[in-house]
Amino acid sequence: MSTSLLAAVWAQPAQRPQLSFRQWETILGQARQARLIARLARHHLDQGWMSDVPNGPRPHLEGALRLAERQQHEVRWEVDCIRRALLGVDAPVVLLKGAAYLMADLPAAKGRLFADIDLMVPREMIGLVESALLGAGWISDERDPYNQRYYREWMHEIPPLRHVHRNTVIDLHHTITPPTSRFNVDGDKLLAQLALLPACPGFYTLAPTDMVLHSAVHLFQEGEFGHGLRDLLDLNSLLLHFGQVTGYWEALLDRSDELGLQIPLFHALFHIQRLLGTRVAEPLLNRVQKLGPSPVPRMLMAWALGLALQPDHPSCDSRWTGLARWLLYVRSHALRMPFRLVVPHLVRKAWMSRFPKEKNEA
Amino acid sequence: MNVGDLSSAAIGRHLQKNGLVLKIGPFAFRLVSPIDSVAQGLCALYPDYPVLDDSHFVDYTVTIAPGVGWRRWMRRQAIFKFDGAEPFIPLPEEHAFPLLEWSKNWCISMHAHHYRLLHSAVIEREGCAVILPAPPGSGKSTLCAGLVHRGWRLLSDELALISLLDAAITPLGRPISLKNQSIDVINNYVQDAVFSQVVHDTSKGSVSLLKVPSETLQRIGETARPRWVIFPKYVAGSVAKLAARSKANSMLELGRNSFNYMVLGLKGFEVLSKVIDASDCYDFQYSQLDDAVAVFDDLVARRNA
Repeated sequence: MSTSLLAAVWAQPAQRPQLSFRQWETILGQARQARLIARLARHHLDQGWMSDVPNGPRPHLEGALRLAERQQHEVRWEVDCIRRALLGVDAPVVLLKGAAYLMADLPAAKGRLFADIDLMVPREMIGLVESALLGAGWISDERDPYNQRYYREWMHEIPPLRHVHRNTVIDLHHTITPPTSRFNVDGDKLLAQLALLPACPGFYTLAPTDMVLHSAVHLFQEGEFGHGLRDLLDLNSLLLHFGQVTGYWEALLDRSDELGLQIPLFHALFHIQRLLGTRVAEPLLNRVQKLGPSPVPRMLMAWALGLALQPDHPSCDSRWTGLARWLLYVRSHALRMPFRLVVPHLVRKAWMSRFPKEKNEA
Repeated sequence: MNVGDLSSAAIGRHLQKNGLVLKIGPFAFRLVSPIDSVAQGLCALYPDYPVLDDSHFVDYTVTIAPGVGWRRWMRRQAIFKFDGAEPFIPLPEEHAFPLLEWSKNWCISMHAHHYRLLHSAVIEREGCAVILPAPPGSGKSTLCAGLVHRGWRLLSDELALISLLDAAITPLGRPISLKNQSIDVINNYVQDAVFSQVVHDTSKGSVSLLKVPSETLQRIGETARPRWVIFPKYVAGSVAKLAARSKANSMLELGRNSFNYMVLGLKGFEVLSKVIDASDCYDFQYSQLDDAVAVFDDLVARRNA
């Protein structure tokens, strides 16, 4: 399995890629599709390579940097709007993923592009938080009663909330995996170990171990892999950053046992080592090996993820890519819900997309 | 080498295989499509555009692909593909050439953040540019097409590329997109006008693209300074007339007609201020192209006086 030009940049991050114009065109396309173009640009800037980039590709990188800079500015501003909206609500508000990396000033935020803001609150506070956000202009886009019920009954989040004026989107969670999932995680266990965010009072992030576990379970339970490589780079960056603290790796493995997230962590570490070369310390290798599933699913997953974690770009497609992505999509549903729930759900969704209701009916 | 130096068979071959790489304004586009009407449109409207060889970097690869499955044979489609994704819904195959033009606009407006991008036409005389922003249906393209055949130079019909450093405007020089009655109006107004085949029933009605005057491509490297911002509006039966418009209000309206105002943030605001500072701003209503030409020529004359 060949590594994409894009992933190769972070496999040897200190080595400046020597690219022909054709390769520049390919890597920029891969980076656009993987939503990594601003991270690619930021890497070139941080390494001092920007002035060596030829005149053709350079504006593409610089434009992406402008976009990322602007989005980060907007996310900071949105977080402040959310903070003000929730002043009257006595609940810990946890920022997840990109917004957390940004507000905690983690290296994973560098050149990261944003689509929405992920929040987590205690399950019993969801109603209060939702109404407070509604008061500040965030409303649910989801008009379909079946989808509303599906989210609220079976998922770890409520349907996305969109701001009526600014169109910004909040995903409001009460835990990090669906309660019906094989890897279901008790939100209270996460809430018990939050990290303070000095920059924004009242807001928290998950503990450093849980941030990594969340990113891992998210990546390998998602049905869509368009952002797979991006998530893997997030994970790698978190591990390199937090791993500098003595005892972090042991704590991470302990926590994966405690939350039952050994398998997602195993897959994440396997592919991070394969693609990006970040290794677990020698004394822990044995323990990591024991995290994984049995040999057959282990090999199958290594194969499927190896294909699906490539950028979704024609230059990376092999004849098997479609099959691998489909298998992972099916697997993600099987993991999220038991069969007696997932089969009726997928049939219903297929029906809904085949016979969409008239818009004015909704 | 220009497109016109290639035989139509050679153009078709390039389009079907590795792509035809054209220099269009400051950008290099690689165009890939097996659809005949794309090749025909390029032969008709792009003969004066340079073809680039392998030694150049290509900014955007635009593929106009046919439909798949039974759509290859019946109710055939044209699909815009970029990086393997499909940013637009598929259109009927007859719309392939206008789709190519819209796809190029999309590539630039979504990615070229090293320019301040305005949705507007730009024309030039004696180094001074007129920015003509206006919503669709206001007669902007018709006015622009008329003026560039009466002594003004076309910089762009759709997209103003404004420098972030000094607010100079870079020509894009693409065919002018005309809709519905405008096609006949310009056909009557411009001698020997070259149009692409008219395509009916698009989301914008009937569409045809007009070949740009040769001067546009001969002077494609020459930027121009913003000097006027004029908001045109076609009003049937009206007398051609300029009415001063406040700079503050004009600035707001330019902001509204921007593609990347939010992306560029403060920088974008500053560039827009430079444009407005350097420009006299007007509303303009007209019904007859000849009267409009007289008003615009008078602007230049008064500036020199």
